[in-house]
Amino acid sequence: MILPHLPALQVVVPLLAAPLCVVLRRTAVAYGLAFLASWAAFAISVLLLLQVLDSPGGVISYELGGWAPPWGIEYRIDPLNAYVMLIVAAIGAVVITYAGPSVAREIAEPQRYLFYTSYLLCLSGLLGVTVTGDAFNVFVFLEISSLSSYILISVGATPKALTAAYRYLIFGTIGATFYLIGVGLLYQMTGTLNMADLAQRVPPLAGNRTILVAFAFIAVGVGMKAALFPLHIWLPNAYAYAPSVVSAFLAATATKVAVYVLIRVYLTIFGAEFSIAGMGIGYVFMPFAIAAMFVGSAVAIFQPDVKRMLAYSSVAQIGYIVLGFGIATALGVTAGILHLFNHALMKGSMFLALGCVFYRTGAVTIESMHGLAGRMPWTTAAFVGGGLGIIGVPLTAGFISKWYLVTAALERGWWWLAALILLSSLLAIVYVWRVVEAAYFRPAPAGAPAGEAPFPMLVATWALVAANVYFGLDTRLSVGVAERAAAALMGGGP
Amino acid sequence: MIDALPPGAILIAGGLLSALLRGRAQSAFLLVLPLLGLWQLIELPHGVYHQITLFGQTLAPVRVDTLSLLFGYVFHIAAFLAALYAWHVRDTVQQVAGMGYAGAAVGAVFAGDLVTLFVYWELTAVTSVFLIWASRTERAYRAGMRYLAIQVGSGVILLAGIAARVQETGSVEFGHLGLGSLSGALILVAIGIKCAFPLLHNWLQDSYPEATVTGAVFLSAFTTKLAVYALARGYAGTEMLMWIGAVMTVFPAFFAVIENDLRRVLSYSLNSQLGFMVCGIGVGTQLAVDGAVAHAFVSSIYQALLFMAMGAVLFRAGTVKASALGGLYKSMPWSAGFCIVGSASISAFPLFSGFVAKSLVLAAVAQEGQWVVWVMLLFASAGVLDHSGIKIPFFGFFGHDRGIRVKEAPPNMLLAMGLSAFLCVAIGIYPAPLYALLPYPVGFDPYTAGHVVTQSQLLLFAMLAFAVLMRLGLYPPEVPSLNLDSDWIYRRALPVAAGFVVGCLAAMRQAAAAMASRLFDRFMVIVFRYHGPQGVLARTWPIGGGAIWVLVLLAGFLIFYYL
Repeated sequence: MILPHLPALQVVVPLLAAPLCVVLRRTAVAYGLAFLASWAAFAISVLLLLQVLDSPGGVISYELGGWAPPWGIEYRIDPLNAYVMLIVAAIGAVVITYAGPSVAREIAEPQRYLFYTSYLLCLSGLLGVTVTGDAFNVFVFLEISSLSSYILISVGATPKALTAAYRYLIFGTIGATFYLIGVGLLYQMTGTLNMADLAQRVPPLAGNRTILVAFAFIAVGVGMKAALFPLHIWLPNAYAYAPSVVSAFLAATATKVAVYVLIRVYLTIFGAEFSIAGMGIGYVFMPFAIAAMFVGSAVAIFQPDVKRMLAYSSVAQIGYIVLGFGIATALGVTAGILHLFNHALMKGSMFLALGCVFYRTGAVTIESMHGLAGRMPWTTAAFVGGGLGIIGVPLTAGFISKWYLVTAALERGWWWLAALILLSSLLAIVYVWRVVEAAYFRPAPAGAPAGEAPFPMLVATWALVAANVYFGLDTRLSVGVAERAAAALMGGGP
Repeated sequence: MIDALPPGAILIAGGLLSALLRGRAQSAFLLVLPLLGLWQLIELPHGVYHQITLFGQTLAPVRVDTLSLLFGYVFHIAAFLAALYAWHVRDTVQQVAGMGYAGAAVGAVFAGDLVTLFVYWELTAVTSVFLIWASRTERAYRAGMRYLAIQVGSGVILLAGIAARVQETGSVEFGHLGLGSLSGALILVAIGIKCAFPLLHNWLQDSYPEATVTGAVFLSAFTTKLAVYALARGYAGTEMLMWIGAVMTVFPAFFAVIENDLRRVLSYSLNSQLGFMVCGIGVGTQLAVDGAVAHAFVSSIYQALLFMAMGAVLFRAGTVKASALGGLYKSMPWSAGFCIVGSASISAFPLFSGFVAKSLVLAAVAQEGQWVVWVMLLFASAGVLDHSGIKIPFFGFFGHDRGIRVKEAPPNMLLAMGLSAFLCVAIGIYPAPLYALLPYPVGFDPYTAGHVVTQSQLLLFAMLAFAVLMRLGLYPPEVPSLNLDSDWIYRRALPVAAGFVVGCLAAMRQAAAAMASRLFDRFMVIVFRYHGPQGVLARTWPIGGGAIWVLVLLAGFLIFYYL
């Protein structure tokens, strides 16, 4: 009975849980509700992925309110967005499991139920962006997720969180507006907002200047949301000053969803042939991706604040994801989508481990991590586990994505690119090693707080670390779905 | 049940499990593991196991054939001896690392494809470095870091080679590779680092002497022999290797002669021994490859024995500086005796294991008519006698009695040394079982009058010369002038000559390093200017500045597309 309505429930469950949180007010109840809603969303995303993989065409179409597309809003799920939804919902579930003690430590009691409300709104916004098959609907959900994430960031412990959130608000709004202008221009030319319908109508208009302008506006707007270098300026402060839970959640999901929109717009709406062959979108993005890989990593190396360091590392990793897209072959897109998944696991686990550190020590600078291995062995090991993935050590998920990226580069005969990928991985070794050195080889300062973080935080962190190792060994799910998604995209739209 | 496990898994998993145990239970458990592993190997029929397909490549994690079995056997034997030698150690880090390291080496020789090889290759690096760090001194930490960097670097080059190989042939199978392509060259460099080729060798002498007493025994057995295995598998008959090997036998001799730290002397002699194997592989005839792997087999054991003996000295006397030792044979007679057996083996005395293996290589080189190489090997053999055959036991146990009185080594060390010595003699007297394990049928008898007489002549004259010089040099009160003379030959001429060469090289190296470091510094200043915490790329940009970027990008896009 309920199965056909899963696409709608995916968004509706967290969306309805959010106002309930406000009504119920009590922190424990709000947390319980958020917990249930997040895990329900995760369960729905798993079921949806299974449904999509089983369905004959590889696509589920759901007509919202019974209005048939292209007039009504259509939720359209293919392997790509089922996969991204799985990432978002899984991270959402893990992070909410982790959140209890961490939120209690970092956020004042009266604000906590509002925090969970915003969390649920952000989650439903991100899921909505992913699930919908309507270009304008994407904007709506993008705004839901963005507005709630401004709130989430602003409740960070320091006053700087407020300015960081404000900065993000400005840039996020510019990005969303640019996207909206782009969509408006498309609507003007085609009279439709349905993505599948747009995919039919846009390619014949290739060369039309309005289409070109739309193309450019969307590239810049979504690039801003995805924090693609040099549009990453909002990201380091936002991640560094947000509460630990929020950093982990946003780093693992928000930019990923934006990259998803990028892929969706260029490979589905404009179509692989038009975007890649006609507009050279690969060549346009590649220099920025490569610059992100090196600049992000290089800045990360010198950061004294580990959380900020991870933020810059994220800028670099988004570079890898976009690079896969920029290589613009089926294998390259596979690598990019795969890294989307793997990076969410790795960076999520590292931010969660940092949250544990902050919980115990109240700081996340390199100095505060001296001798941490003795004081918080499990947390430190989890951080290193995620770090190994970021470096791309074999037996971790990070290795798999790097392998696919390098293979994709070699497939096009771009030796220099493969060399650059490996070279930038060396930078990752340096910034991860700084933390390892501080944690394992420096003596702890006298009187430094010791003791592990609470159990739920450790379990959630280690769940991601374990997933990071698991998907480094068994790649059937991660690579399999990414390959299917890429094949569908490059084969001329779903 | 036991067949289902890949070789090496018993050692690795058992090593990890042993972390749960303490004290004697741990030592005993670790002692059983190599025996279990050895039993598994004996039961294991030839073939390829556990094939899986990953990234479209067929991986063969386990391939059993004669060559891998031979190395598998000797690695297990060495692991057993080392575990016995380390019975008294109560340091879980060392015990786990040592056994894991042995397991990784075993796994590597059974790897049927390059990817599996790479995984084990890096695993040996990562596990073995703990044996150096376990000394827990600042020196050891630094040496370990250098060691790790070089070993992991070797792995990275290997990986690059594998990638190139996949590109060239589409297969990751680990068979004969040869030098004909980029991948062949890259992989050879990776192996060459682990095998301590000349100029790639420094890590060995740098790190092994810094390892713990027992750690050095583990280290001496695996890493370099694994590299020899990889060479034998991939590069048999590559002529360049013959020359590399010949140079490799000769040049460490000079350093070994002037070195004061006896474990570093052993590291040089280990390097020289590897040269014989590399040379044999380079010759590439059946006899030569047989000789090389036989040599790898026996040298694992006698080299371990020598490291054990010097380890025992270090353990009891607290130093292995030649200048600080002497007369220890009075208090450690058994260790001295076993050390002499090891020395006799490495010097290839007839009836000791070195002889039956080294003669194969020498005979193969002679058979091919490579007389220059042959003479180099002969010269190296005399050198080995000098620095390992005589110098080690002489300075370690005899020499000028400095009145050091210590206890004999602990019984477990003596037992380990005794077993190793027994193997050295047993193989030396009755080489047939070893020959039966070799990849090719051996129609070679080391005990012909010709071989024995040639070798004995070489050894006796080398010994005579050395004895005369040393005897004259040893009694300064009686013949001070002559002492100066012999002293000059032994302590001045060689060091000055070697020192000159080394000095020139060092100066060049220093100049290059200084230039590189200046360039690097300048580069880092620039990187830091832009990427440092206050650098323009790391600063929090004002909102207006960020917005301008957005406009610039949009304009760039529009211009790009309008054109």
